[in-house]
Amino acid sequence: MKNLTFESFYSIKRIRKELYTALAATCFLAILLGGVYPLIVWGLAQGLFPEKANGSLVLRNGQVAGSSLIGQAFSGAAYIHPRPSAAGEGYDGVQSGGSNRGPTSRKLAETVQERVKRYREENGLAADAPVPADAVTASGSGLDPHISRENAFLQAHRVAVARGLTEDAVRRKIESATENRELGFLGEPRVNVLLLNLALDGKL
Amino acid sequence: MAIYGWLQLVLFVALLFGLAKPVGLYILRVLDAEGKTFLDPLLRSLERLLYRFLGIDPQQEQTWQQYAFSLLVFSLVGCLFTYGVLRLQGILPLNPQHFGPMSPDLAFNTAASFTTNTDWQNYGGESTLSYFSQMVGLVFHNFVSAAAGIGVAAALMRGISRHEAKTVGNFWTDMVRTNLYLLLPLSLLFALFLVSQGVIQTFQPYVPVETLEQTAEGSSPSVQTLAQGPVASQAAIKMLGTNGGGFMNANAAHPYENPTPLSNFLQILAIFLIPSGLTYTLGRMTGNQRHGWAVWSAMALLFLAGLLVAWTAEIAGNPRLHALGVSASGGSMEGKEVRFGIFGSTLFAVVTTDASCGAVNAMHDSLTPLGGLVPLLNIQLGEVIFGGVGAGLYGMLVFVVLTVFLAGLMIGRTPEYLGKKIEAYDIKASVIAVLVPIFSILGFAGWAAVSGWGIAALANRGPHGLSEILYAFSSASGNNGSAFAGLNGNTPWYNMTLGAAMLAGRFFIIVPVLALAGNLARKKRVSDSQGSFPVSDGTFVLLLVATVIIVGALTFFPALSLGPVVEHFIMTGSDRLF
Repeated sequence: MKNLTFESFYSIKRIRKELYTALAATCFLAILLGGVYPLIVWGLAQGLFPEKANGSLVLRNGQVAGSSLIGQAFSGAAYIHPRPSAAGEGYDGVQSGGSNRGPTSRKLAETVQERVKRYREENGLAADAPVPADAVTASGSGLDPHISRENAFLQAHRVAVARGLTEDAVRRKIESATENRELGFLGEPRVNVLLLNLALDGKL
Repeated sequence: MAIYGWLQLVLFVALLFGLAKPVGLYILRVLDAEGKTFLDPLLRSLERLLYRFLGIDPQQEQTWQQYAFSLLVFSLVGCLFTYGVLRLQGILPLNPQHFGPMSPDLAFNTAASFTTNTDWQNYGGESTLSYFSQMVGLVFHNFVSAAAGIGVAAALMRGISRHEAKTVGNFWTDMVRTNLYLLLPLSLLFALFLVSQGVIQTFQPYVPVETLEQTAEGSSPSVQTLAQGPVASQAAIKMLGTNGGGFMNANAAHPYENPTPLSNFLQILAIFLIPSGLTYTLGRMTGNQRHGWAVWSAMALLFLAGLLVAWTAEIAGNPRLHALGVSASGGSMEGKEVRFGIFGSTLFAVVTTDASCGAVNAMHDSLTPLGGLVPLLNIQLGEVIFGGVGAGLYGMLVFVVLTVFLAGLMIGRTPEYLGKKIEAYDIKASVIAVLVPIFSILGFAGWAAVSGWGIAALANRGPHGLSEILYAFSSASGNNGSAFAGLNGNTPWYNMTLGAAMLAGRFFIIVPVLALAGNLARKKRVSDSQGSFPVSDGTFVLLLVATVIIVGALTFFPALSLGPVVEHFIMTGSDRLF
């Protein structure tokens, strides 16, 4: 390769050629990587995993009742309650996000204190009973579909009373709604709140 | 509980170690313009077509100046392209939610962010961007900014391994080959795996849902709208290319972006996959495989140290909340997802900041003070712990040059690195690459901390507020993209300063690194002598780790003391709240 002088390197012709190459590369790669690639993934996904590619929607009487992956708000006594949510006004599917409160935030401490009090009252717990961490903290997405098993079992009594069921019946539903660690060691055991509540309603 | 964490950690490190060689060998072929891969029958003709279309000769190599010039021009054009897409969003297709155009300052910030592989997001994806903007405006940059990083690392490796050479490779060849043979096939496979786990890939409009409780009680039905979109194709490359820009606002915490513990584990592995493999490529290219492994070991040590600190802190949780009656056995769950738990969230937070990824599966703003200190420090150390694709390796090699130089000073000999004399020019280039992000982080953060516009954006007060500012400018300057997201960065001041920090943190490192590459390439080989400093043994690993830590700690200790460190002592030793 010839040794380039300063002048030839920065000549207008050279800059124009680089600009052309950069423009051509942007066009071509934007079409390939921003267009063709997502479309190929879309085609294969819709062919191979159509149910999952479209949001793992749960249908009830032909109507969309929710997604098995996305949490829903529940506050009635007859339903298992999900975690507190900081997404919009709570479980807003287009405003995902967490509270972003830091560990020494007064607002966080006050909010958690109030949630602890309410959780104990709702579930008939002693005034000094420890409350599961996931029951009184907001998730990162604000759409967490799961709660811990401890949290679900502490709510079993309340739900049983409200529905006129035995507590055992509710506990059995919780057991069968439990998802274990994947491959035996990945993640945490958890209970899917929407699916459990659908099961309690006898709609699953 | 901890036993499952340890099992996941052991498997993670084992996979990282085991995959380094095959990935590294494959990258070696990709970075060779005439290299053969098993994908040649499929892609060779497309590659040739691209070269013809671009009007380049793939064999024609460039000097470091030409390489840098091509990279800068391409980045500028790409940045303007994405700015245009975001501004014209309202009249472009695939916009079922009818989102209007982004404001000019936010569009500048976003375009700079994705061009520089930062992927800092001052917007909520599902409430701001059309499917077209996400795909064409952003996914495109996810690929090309990653490929540009790998190209610069390749140029530096060529510079190290060549003797009396004028050139360091061809930018366009590296760009085309890295995308076609490495990033595209890997992303395609990974995206399909993600869909199999529940990540969505659809062009349907958002889905309205009548929620169960309201319909059951017969009151007026309450509607939850489920955001949709082509998420899997973006989630795959955002991890593999260490970009980190989420489709959804909650990024990888969102169940549609990271639905299962398995998808979580493999997304974390995907961040480190290419950076880890590149250390093997380094060993091959320099003809000193043990040097490649030494660099890998230094990175692994720093990774493990950070992880153990953060993990311990997150398991211990927040004593303030425990005092209110929250069970202490659950750890710090604010901002975390139940399915990932403490370990799956902490591993993600540490890895995403070791690398310049910046995707998050838990809200870093709500981490415990020490759990948040580790990600912050990881970024400030220069993201050289495996690091961004390419960027991590070239960042670490700058530290290698400094280490060799310091060792040379200590034993009183001319420093040598793999048969090259390290001279003033090389040290100057290396020091510029180390100092620019430092000035950018501390300069901008200091400015914001004493300005009205800086303080007004905070979500938390007290030391945590300073951490938010410090994290923002560390993340932008380090091209990470994760955030203490309570900070409202979508103001004209923050959009501009963060955008400037991102551009400085990218290009004022790339240009000196390429200068270093060019200067190393032209040097003569000096024969090994008794006094040559070995760069493949335990002493070297420890010296390298020490250099990284000393530079980072000396620089950032005062700022960190006023942020996360003091917050830790306030949290554990007082009852003060902010």
